[in-house]
Amino acid sequence: MLAYIARRLLYALPILIGVNLITFALFFVVNTPDDMARMQLGVKRVTPEAIDRWKAERGYDKPLFFNDEASGGAMLTETIFFSKSARMFVGDFGRAEDGRDIAREIVSRMGPSLAIALPTFIIGLLVSVSFALLLTFFRATYLDFWGVVLCVAMMSISGLFYIIGGQYLISKLWKLVPISGYGGGLDAWKFVILPVLIGVVSGIGSSTRWYRTIFIEEIARDYVRTARAKGLAEAAVLFRHVLRNALIPILTGVVVVIPLLFMGSLLTESFFGIPGLGSYTIDAINAQDFAVVRAMVFIGSLLYIAGLILTDLSYTFVDPRIRFN
Amino acid sequence: MFRFSGLRRNLCVMCVPLLAGLVASACGSAWNDPYPGEERGANVLYTAFTERPKHLDPVQSYTEDEITFTAQIYEPPLQYHYLKRPYTLIPLTSEAVPVPRYFDAGGRELPADAPAAAIAVSVYEIRIRPGIRYQPHPAFALDAAGEPRYQASDREQLRGIEKLSDFAHSGSRELTADDYIYEIKRLAHPRLHSPIFSMMAERIVGLRELGAALQEEAKKLPASAWIDLDRFPLAGVSRVDRHTYRISLHGKYPQFVYWLAMPFFAPVPREVDRFYHQPGMAEKNLTLDWYPVGTGPFMLTQNNPNSRMVLERNPNFHGETYPCEGDPGDAAAGLLADCGKPLPFIEQAVYAREKESIPYWNKFLQGYYDASGISSDSFDQAVRLAVGGDVQLSDEMRDKGISLLTSVRASIFYMGFNMLDPVVGGLGEQATKLRQALSIAIDQEEFVSIFMNGRGIPATSPLPPGIFGYIDGREGINPVVYDWVDGRAQRKPLAEAKRLLAEAGWPNGRNASSGEPLVLNLDTTTGGMGEKSRLDWLTRQFARLDIQLVVRSTDFNRFQEKIRKGAVQLYYLGWNADYPDPENFLFLLAGSEGKVAKAGENASNYANPEFDRLFEQMKNLESEGPRGAERLAIIRQAIALLQHDAPWIYGFHPKSYTLGQVWLHNRKPTDVGNNILKYQRIDVAERQRLRQEWNRPVLWPLALLAVLLLVLVLPAAIGYRRRERGTAR
Repeated sequence: MLAYIARRLLYALPILIGVNLITFALFFVVNTPDDMARMQLGVKRVTPEAIDRWKAERGYDKPLFFNDEASGGAMLTETIFFSKSARMFVGDFGRAEDGRDIAREIVSRMGPSLAIALPTFIIGLLVSVSFALLLTFFRATYLDFWGVVLCVAMMSISGLFYIIGGQYLISKLWKLVPISGYGGGLDAWKFVILPVLIGVVSGIGSSTRWYRTIFIEEIARDYVRTARAKGLAEAAVLFRHVLRNALIPILTGVVVVIPLLFMGSLLTESFFGIPGLGSYTIDAINAQDFAVVRAMVFIGSLLYIAGLILTDLSYTFVDPRIRFN
Repeated sequence: MFRFSGLRRNLCVMCVPLLAGLVASACGSAWNDPYPGEERGANVLYTAFTERPKHLDPVQSYTEDEITFTAQIYEPPLQYHYLKRPYTLIPLTSEAVPVPRYFDAGGRELPADAPAAAIAVSVYEIRIRPGIRYQPHPAFALDAAGEPRYQASDREQLRGIEKLSDFAHSGSRELTADDYIYEIKRLAHPRLHSPIFSMMAERIVGLRELGAALQEEAKKLPASAWIDLDRFPLAGVSRVDRHTYRISLHGKYPQFVYWLAMPFFAPVPREVDRFYHQPGMAEKNLTLDWYPVGTGPFMLTQNNPNSRMVLERNPNFHGETYPCEGDPGDAAAGLLADCGKPLPFIEQAVYAREKESIPYWNKFLQGYYDASGISSDSFDQAVRLAVGGDVQLSDEMRDKGISLLTSVRASIFYMGFNMLDPVVGGLGEQATKLRQALSIAIDQEEFVSIFMNGRGIPATSPLPPGIFGYIDGREGINPVVYDWVDGRAQRKPLAEAKRLLAEAGWPNGRNASSGEPLVLNLDTTTGGMGEKSRLDWLTRQFARLDIQLVVRSTDFNRFQEKIRKGAVQLYYLGWNADYPDPENFLFLLAGSEGKVAKAGENASNYANPEFDRLFEQMKNLESEGPRGAERLAIIRQAIALLQHDAPWIYGFHPKSYTLGQVWLHNRKPTDVGNNILKYQRIDVAERQRLRQEWNRPVLWPLALLAVLLLVLVLPAAIGYRRRERGTAR
């Protein structure tokens, strides 16, 4: 297994370089270093000399990919791409354009992101799987029919509607929890309830339908008939046999997103004033802070690759027949 | 059988603290109270910010988001009187508003009314009041020997230090003239990128040379190294004694005193600069840009611009009292009730980050913010327009005792013509008439009514109300665009615009000789919601003259680039005043500020030698004193010229609408004075009472939810039992 993991990690290297290259190219197609300088220095009373100084100080006065004024390896290394990208591979994300240390900022924002994303993920998974199992149990009945209709209706509604509607009903009309904000420590719970609730409710429709499809497919198999034939209760059939055998398709979709929970949610964090990594990314895009955008895309890619590896590993735990040779 | 008992136990464990929290909250305060319990009943002002400040270093901070904080912490020598209008400069840390002394090229002193051309150097001598002390800060901490404790730490000594409060010791010291001199030198620091360096380098004697010397020094040192500015002389700034310093300027620049009321000229002690440049500090985000150090009434104790920033009363504040004079009407408005009382009134100000307007607005309605602006989403809920155009609070707001403050901002939004463009530009008669025709055709009154909810007044010149030179009434109208009818300005009829268009060589919007239709291009930035309807409206305004308008929307950077290169025909821009002087608006049309030729702020590239002459005369005169009338006459001539040449379609001056809770006192709108937090007073008991009253939780939905769950679960449970007990069919 270790050899397999090592091989997958090695595969990740060119993927990360590629992602970094694409991010770099896309960012600089839209923003020139001059634009970045103007964004940071403001639009009032900014002189061309000030812009040149800003660029030189941050190394944005070099060519993007190829330095034909240099010689040898410096033709590639004396470029913005190399100087800004190479250090990320050793975990040095550098500083944001406002001078803040990016790694420190990421660490401080990870907690709030996880405080929302983790409960939303776990509760959402439990609720969706339970609801899907319930619908499977009552398959081909009115309960199943209306349950699916409800799921389709829920998945057809925009996430923004859930957020605004939830804030309006629960916080504004009923005054049960704060409408937005975040507090550290024990104070955090009252801010977390609403976004988590909205996150869970907004995700139930699509995930329940997906899990129901998996369970319905699974329930038609021979081993389920055998289990019933030997007299097992339906709950035991569903939880002990169907759920366990349906885990591979569930894990395929679920494990891969676990590492990405660190990245937070762009929309939820913005509307609920959660100082997490989602809002950090949005702020960086708005401020044309390439250093932060690049770091967040890099970490996102890294976590996604980690998620894929974890998914593969998880197969061996749920299905002993799978081995990494 | 699958066992639920473990899961049930875990759920119970998770629910216990949740329920405990709910009960605790229910006993103490409203459930939706977003603030920690320990702040309940405290003398704290709560407000919000939408954009995180980028810089809190006084040498860099320039935007409103930043000055909101820095103005409460840093104290430049001067400030604006809180109540008096027009805006009046008064001393803050200085003993008096400095009066410049003038010298000719030979160093001989000139009289105060000497012609500007004869003045080679203006000298401002500023005397600071003794006894003013800085906020407590570790940079000032001394050891037993009287030496600074934290001036030469290395990374090892900083282990375990993550924030300023982790330093065991702090200290303070008296404010001196050297601190102001140090800050002026910082304007030239090449790594600080002060936005006003280039402009000040033209004014302050020796600042450009200092910048060059520091640039050379910076090249020799690592990027994070400290540069001791005391080693570098600045010819134009000198220390007279411990509390007095002099600033020498090239020529005459009467507007300089306004800059002395901005944080750019606030004091920064050398030891603070050195403290923050110790190795390892920047890695921990311990920088002056993040943790300001000042003598003002407040100090920044929490800086998390992602969620919450907290200003606390500076225990070393030198003391100041609430003003006893104001405008007529201020006494009736209760703004003089606190006359002579010591400032500041509040202990703490909490700024929470609200990126979206809906939560911000709803929290204000729930009483969790003490003041709020009015976004377009909430406009109808907050105010209504009465017959006659008066703005009144809605019943909901009145019932809550909320007050509305309105003021015309010292700003202008305008549509500019690129005067270098062959069709709309130039000072020739035909192009001028084309611009005049468009100025008449675009109905600004309608624009303000439809798109601004009436929150603005149509502009007749670059100068907004409240700025010296602005004239109201008949004499103030733009005679090219308006007639004075029945005691009010009336936009000229469209027929007049069509006549001017025909005289411009475009009868019915077609070229008189070739018959080609007139197509004009408007460059604008991609806007948010409502942008399309605004542009559609504008297209229809042009169509009234049979002119085709092509809208070229682009992102802000591309737009700026086009403006810089003069690759636009028409464009939209705005300007907020730095200081309340007509020079700060009229310079936007000065030839010396041409965007293409000089990379200045004149985006229209308007260059009329007569206007430039008048502008030069005007900017060297003071509004007050014997030559005020002369200045006013020159401004009138300059404005008449601008109205005729029409390099801009003078759009509108926006009006700011702010709402305040009934418990918030001493609020007066101000555009240029930013250190206003110290004047605000809160009736804490009233706030607490009303918050409780407004935020009683509604519990029936929870009961309903429980019933609904039961209704859903019960049939499922019955169905399950029935199926499990049923026999095979």
